Amino acid sequence: MKYFSYISIILMLLISNSIFGNVLKVCKSCAYKSLTEAVKNAVDFDTILVKKGTYYEFNIEITKALTIIGQNNPVIDGQNKGEIITIQANNVTIDGLTIVNVGTSYTTDYAAVRVVKSENFLLQNLKLERLFFGIYLEKSKNGKVLNNTIVGDAVHEYSSGNGIQLWYCRNIEVRGNKIKKVRDGIYLEFSDDITISENNSSENLRYGLHFMFSNNDTYINNTFENNGAGVAVMFSKFIIMKNNTFKKNWGSASFGLLLKEINDSEITHNTFEENTVGINVEGSNRVNYTHNDFKNNGWAVKVRGACYFNVFEKNNFLYNSFDVSYNSRLNDNKFDQNYWSNYTGYDLDKNGIGDIPYRPVKLFSYIVNRTPETIILLRSLFIDIIDFSEKVSPVFTPDNLLDENPLLKPIRHDNYR
Amino acid sequence: MRSRWSYVYFLFYLLLGTVLLFLNNDLSKAVITLMNVIIILVPLIGTIFGVMYYYSSREFTELLLAQPVKRSSIFLGQYFGVALSLSMSLIIGLGLPFVFYGIFKSGAIWDFSLLLITGTFLTLIFTALAFIIALANENKIKGFGYAILLWLFMAVIYDGLFLMSLIYFENYPLDKFSLIATMLNPVDLSRVLILLKLDISALLGYTGAVFQKFFGTNLGLVISTVMLALWVAIPIGIIYKMVKRKDF
Repeated sequence: MKYFSYISIILMLLISNSIFGNVLKVCKSCAYKSLTEAVKNAVDFDTILVKKGTYYEFNIEITKALTIIGQNNPVIDGQNKGEIITIQANNVTIDGLTIVNVGTSYTTDYAAVRVVKSENFLLQNLKLERLFFGIYLEKSKNGKVLNNTIVGDAVHEYSSGNGIQLWYCRNIEVRGNKIKKVRDGIYLEFSDDITISENNSSENLRYGLHFMFSNNDTYINNTFENNGAGVAVMFSKFIIMKNNTFKKNWGSASFGLLLKEINDSEITHNTFEENTVGINVEGSNRVNYTHNDFKNNGWAVKVRGACYFNVFEKNNFLYNSFDVSYNSRLNDNKFDQNYWSNYTGYDLDKNGIGDIPYRPVKLFSYIVNRTPETIILLRSLFIDIIDFSEKVSPVFTPDNLLDENPLLKPIRHDNYR
Repeated sequence: MRSRWSYVYFLFYLLLGTVLLFLNNDLSKAVITLMNVIIILVPLIGTIFGVMYYYSSREFTELLLAQPVKRSSIFLGQYFGVALSLSMSLIIGLGLPFVFYGIFKSGAIWDFSLLLITGTFLTLIFTALAFIIALANENKIKGFGYAILLWLFMAVIYDGLFLMSLIYFENYPLDKFSLIATMLNPVDLSRVLILLKLDISALLGYTGAVFQKFFGTNLGLVISTVMLALWVAIPIGIIYKMVKRKDF
């Protein structure tokens, strides 16, 4: 049955090609010397083959269902004059082009490839360099953005654009892209049912991934490294974050992951390594944190105000300067069965669970919240003494904030997949 | 006398290193625990041992002074004899178990060598301070008392006062003050030096430009090392001056 469907699809493709589709070739010695020319003369369901070479073109408007394929990395050079490709038709495929020198503007968001109100598009194997905005999808549906490489040269936030931007989009897959040195690696605004997977977003000026008002989205297996401020997920609901790596986001306003007004989401199997703040949570409710690794972060989890009914279960907290920090005395979140490398208790009944509860919030983290300069006294004997006395009889830290069942050995998350 | 105590010291560190590794089964965690040990114990042992050595070898020293030997070379020789043998015990005692555990193959090798270097510096500094105390006090009991007090002050009380003043003056810009205050205490100084390796991600969380420059670049490492060297050089200079003037 499966084979039959494959074969029928291939057959249909062949037939459709032979019936509707012509192949238009673009090269120096071909009938069409430029992509613009070829697009103008093509009709629906034609294929345009762009051969190797450099084409100085911009404002290419595609209003027909075309398949544009680049052979041997042809380069489309926009000479910084403006937008390069604008798609305003359904069923458009663009594959294997290298697009460089998108114009920078302070009034218009010029993009290397823009998709406007279209469906079923496929943008893949594109290489975008020296750009303003990379791939800009607006009000589009059911498309795929796969295996593109986007390398910007952003210096200032005000004069740079985002790698992949989705605005009012539905049901789009963003997979296997490499995004570097732009403002926001991937930016979502008002976009629902988006799957973002296996992307690598690094060295971006602001966020590796940025969500605003976007619900029911999933991001898995991505790596976010060395971004100006990490990953920000704001004002969204029902987000699934799984198997991502957040690494080396250092700085005073840097986070591995920033959650602001996020409700009903899942954060599982992620790794947070060497960030100033692993996760910064603000006004988020009913979020489950399970099977994450927090390793060598300054603060593994920083809980600001208004966070209720969050559950932290079966995570590993390894060698963080501070495991959890709170800025209030109220706690309505649950910590259970985590492994804390700073735990000093014992296990007399040998069931793998420590016999005395662990208090992840230290008094010192309150002091640092109040007077940030005191961070220089971190790990001093005096601080250890006051932390210890606070641990024995909590006065400043929420006294119900504890892990009743701290594990004695780190969890192997692979056993729980 | 000297050799026997440095053997004990050596065995102590050997045991400590082995037990730490045995209990933790994890190099990075052992390095963190070790840092606490080095910052607290090394100065204590350095001070006590320095004072003890000076008092117990006093008679022999007086005998030596009768000989045509330069004063400074007698005392500085004694000082370096104590300080270096203590440092050797520290390095070998802690080094051996970690080497057998496979420190060379692990990423913690730089953290670990930094620990040993600061440990050595602390030994040199506190032994010198102990010699100064002993030279200034004929009375053994007083000398020991001051030595313990010195350690207690540097290791605990100083940080307490430091913290109080930071909180008390929190409305003022404090980053320069806190860096300078750190420089003035060798225990804090070596702690910060180790923090630069272990907790850099937390240290960079603070917004102050001075902090950013100090911790974010190699400047912090360079300045701390220079300051530690100064902390060794100045007490040795004081010993040198004191012995020249002192009556026996």
